[in-house]
Amino acid sequence: MFLRTALLVLRKDFAIEMKSLEVLLTTLFFAVSCVLVFAFAFVKDGRAPEDAAAGILWIAIAFAGTLALGRTFERERYSETLRALLLAPAPRAALYVGKLLGMLALLGVAEGLLVPLVAFLFQASAWFSRPLLLLAVLAGGTVGFAAVGTLFAAMLVRARSRDVLLPILLYPITIPVIIGGVRGTAALLASPADEVTATMWIGILFAFDVVFVTLSLWTFEPLMTE
Amino acid sequence: MKKMFAPLLVIVAAMFAAAPIMIAQAPFESTMGLIQKIFYYHVPSWMAMYSAIVVCGVASAIYLFKGRADVDCYAVSAAELAVLFGLMGLVTGPLWGRKAWGVWWQWDARLTSALLLELIFVAYLMVRKFGGPGSEKLAAATALFGTATAPFVYKSVDIWRTVHPKTSVVPLLASSMPGAGRPFALSSIAFILLFVVLLTLRVKLARQQNTLDNLYLAQEDR
Repeated sequence: MFLRTALLVLRKDFAIEMKSLEVLLTTLFFAVSCVLVFAFAFVKDGRAPEDAAAGILWIAIAFAGTLALGRTFERERYSETLRALLLAPAPRAALYVGKLLGMLALLGVAEGLLVPLVAFLFQASAWFSRPLLLLAVLAGGTVGFAAVGTLFAAMLVRARSRDVLLPILLYPITIPVIIGGVRGTAALLASPADEVTATMWIGILFAFDVVFVTLSLWTFEPLMTE
Repeated sequence: MKKMFAPLLVIVAAMFAAAPIMIAQAPFESTMGLIQKIFYYHVPSWMAMYSAIVVCGVASAIYLFKGRADVDCYAVSAAELAVLFGLMGLVTGPLWGRKAWGVWWQWDARLTSALLLELIFVAYLMVRKFGGPGSEKLAAATALFGTATAPFVYKSVDIWRTVHPKTSVVPLLASSMPGAGRPFALSSIAFILLFVVLLTLRVKLARQQNTLDNLYLAQEDR
């Protein structure tokens, strides 16, 4: 029941998204333009600093993620579909998991584009020599960010000045995860790749993920009750 | 609590009056000298902040899960005090760092995470102020996340290599400098009692605000 509800929510979001591709295309475009802004900010004499790639990648993910979170829940606000979802006789936490899975899929696609792009533009091809560690860092960081983001974006649907409040709430809370992601990917860029440091950060990332996902599952129900 | 308040206020005032004298009489640390004495304010202000965070977290959890609106007064009051005491810690820290490290600020794990913790509670206050009706629950969730982050901030000095002293510095200093333990205990207790006094006052104010709001609403409904 739980898993089925979550997958149903995911399927619904997927079907809506496939019709217009609105959130996906705007997020991808925004992420790429973020990377370009950083290129102008950091590049000197035609070259970027050695370890800038990690920071650029994660800031682009965080900014694009915030935009996507705002848009996906804005959609639920039209004609009160979020309320309809909440009225469904299904566990509330399952709705959250469904939304979270959708967000993860979206960010996954964005990262699929961003990682090669950043690696190509900022001399970071060293990432691809340790694909498993890179995947673990990306997964750890993305899950933590999306878990908090989905919870707060869902909650903010009803609040005033939600567009401003989402980043205000999201960034201080998720910065530990962003730091973990940046440090982890930066360790993989060192030559030779610093696997010990990367694994340590992956451990910390997953510790934060456990805390954040547990807290979100635990608070989603009372938060969404009026 | 009402009867306890006046005596408590007197005790806190007396403790804060006595603290500078006791700190002045405390022995000098051998390498850092006078500047080390800022510890007697710096560490207790963080202790008070952590107390505030615990109160805010527990109150927010009770509010969120039991729906008791009166407990929310404690959460908002404690969050304000967490920001206040955190600010004290963030001011006294660099003052010491300028002398001990030669720079005001270092981006090490403890300083960065402490700043983040402060920002989370500033965000809490912003949500309360600008979130409009219904934002109390959102703020409560923010407080829960902030409370979950706090242990990481406390343990950060032991996990990472930082320039900030480790958590073991307090017992270490107390054992290496006889006579430093007592003023430290005094200032710690004084700061925590100050937090209790301010919390009591602020909760009272929050309750009066709630009563006033309800009266306004009742007037409008007529």
